[in-house]
Amino acid sequence: MKAIEIKNVNFAYEDELVLENINLEVEERDFLAIIGPNGGGKSTLFKLILGLLQAQNGEIKIFGQKIKKSLSTLGYVPQNTNVNTHFPIKVIEVVLMGHIGDKPPLIGYRKEEIACATNALKQVGMEKFAHKKIGELSGGQRQRVMIARALCAHPKILLLDEPTSNIDATGQKQIYELLQKLNQNITVVVVSHDLSIILEYATKVAHINKNLAYHDISEHKKRKFFTKDEHFCEVELLQMLGR
Amino acid sequence: MLEALQYEFIQNALLSGLLVSIASGIIGSLIVVNRMVFLAGGIAHTSYGGIGLALFFGIPIFLGASLFAIAAALLMAFLTLHKRERIDTFIGLIWAVGMAIGIIFVDMTPGYNVDLMSYLFGSILAVSDADIYYMGGLVIVIIFIITFWYRDILAVSYDSEYAKLRGINVNLFYTLILVLSALSVVIAIKVVGLILVIALLTIPIYIAEKLSSSLYMMMFISSLLSAFFTLTGLIVSYTLNLTSGASIILVSAFCMVLFLLFKRD
Repeated sequence: MKAIEIKNVNFAYEDELVLENINLEVEERDFLAIIGPNGGGKSTLFKLILGLLQAQNGEIKIFGQKIKKSLSTLGYVPQNTNVNTHFPIKVIEVVLMGHIGDKPPLIGYRKEEIACATNALKQVGMEKFAHKKIGELSGGQRQRVMIARALCAHPKILLLDEPTSNIDATGQKQIYELLQKLNQNITVVVVSHDLSIILEYATKVAHINKNLAYHDISEHKKRKFFTKDEHFCEVELLQMLGR
Repeated sequence: MLEALQYEFIQNALLSGLLVSIASGIIGSLIVVNRMVFLAGGIAHTSYGGIGLALFFGIPIFLGASLFAIAAALLMAFLTLHKRERIDTFIGLIWAVGMAIGIIFVDMTPGYNVDLMSYLFGSILAVSDADIYYMGGLVIVIIFIITFWYRDILAVSYDSEYAKLRGINVNLFYTLILVLSALSVVIAIKVVGLILVIALLTIPIYIAEKLSSSLYMMMFISSLLSAFFTLTGLIVSYTLNLTSGASIILVSAFCMVLFLLFKRD
């Protein structure tokens, strides 16, 4: 069964067509990178998959089911993790948010929920920070916490919107290595414009600029994109994606 | 000073000060973290319309002001959720119209309205037993809601987009926070008055936010600070024979300045 199946989707804000006839299939345990220019519709497609926006026509299915029914299989990491940094909230409480929507106990959180949140923090290597205030963390650390929050809900698909946009190069590499590790069990979809870094890790790439061009990048093909000094050539890729 | 404690109106003043501190500490924290201070200000001033209506129709002031404030809160919640980009204009509009309604109805009420000033600057020394029951009831409701829906309210306040994604009814909780704010504003008006209510809902909260690592702690510290400011303000007001509401606010502001001067970083 396909993890994500998008068929003939069109989407317009008012009269402006942002996405035109989008078709996309994501297999289980794919690592899909969605790339494209600003305003090309990447984030819109993302919001459609998450059910935050409704497509005017076409259909989107998650594991063969309508989005509304399959929200619990989706883990979402938002783009901007620098909002609300003054909010008095501990790291563990942010991760515990992954459990909201589950049937709550009378007061507070269940023991299993706390255990699960602690475990999720371990998975992303942030367990030492559990009782720190979220505002005291660096951008990269906060991003890990958001990934832990998404993991806490036991998703089958992890969706990340520009996960490394506010993070330095070392932090970016760590985030992607973490995602690669998680990808052994979970389907990963990342929106990014960091072409060079994402293509080291992604197994498939979709380029969106109103329309969608889709490519499978096997190891063999991937090697072609890297020049001798391991530097990635964006121009060649964009040519291949048929711009 | 101590002999003042035997008067019932002083006892009621202290008790109402304490109850309002708990309510404003909890709800003020929610207002600040949700960035609703301007909204709360709008609701506070709009509720003046309810005071005018209550005077005119001869119904209890708290009831009139509460119903009017709830209506204003529901209207503002609706506008915020559906016309977000124009919300500041609408708040200003509702604010002004609410006050105008209040003034017109006070004008039309026959007789001499000696009470009017007391709603602008508060009248904590004129709190009745009925007022105390009302405040106590509201504080119980607020604590009940915060205790049992803490995780949802926390999630909606911290990251409403994510909460929505996880199937939380964000609009419902947003409206609930505004309605509770409206009710808290109404009882705070009795203590510090319409003009100063926002100070009580923000000054202790601001200090508490810097000292807290969780929303729960922020609510707790805010309530403690509010209680301290209210009681100190009352003592100042009693000993120097000054207006109670203004004294409470100036004590709060003075403490905030001290806090800003002496806090590290």
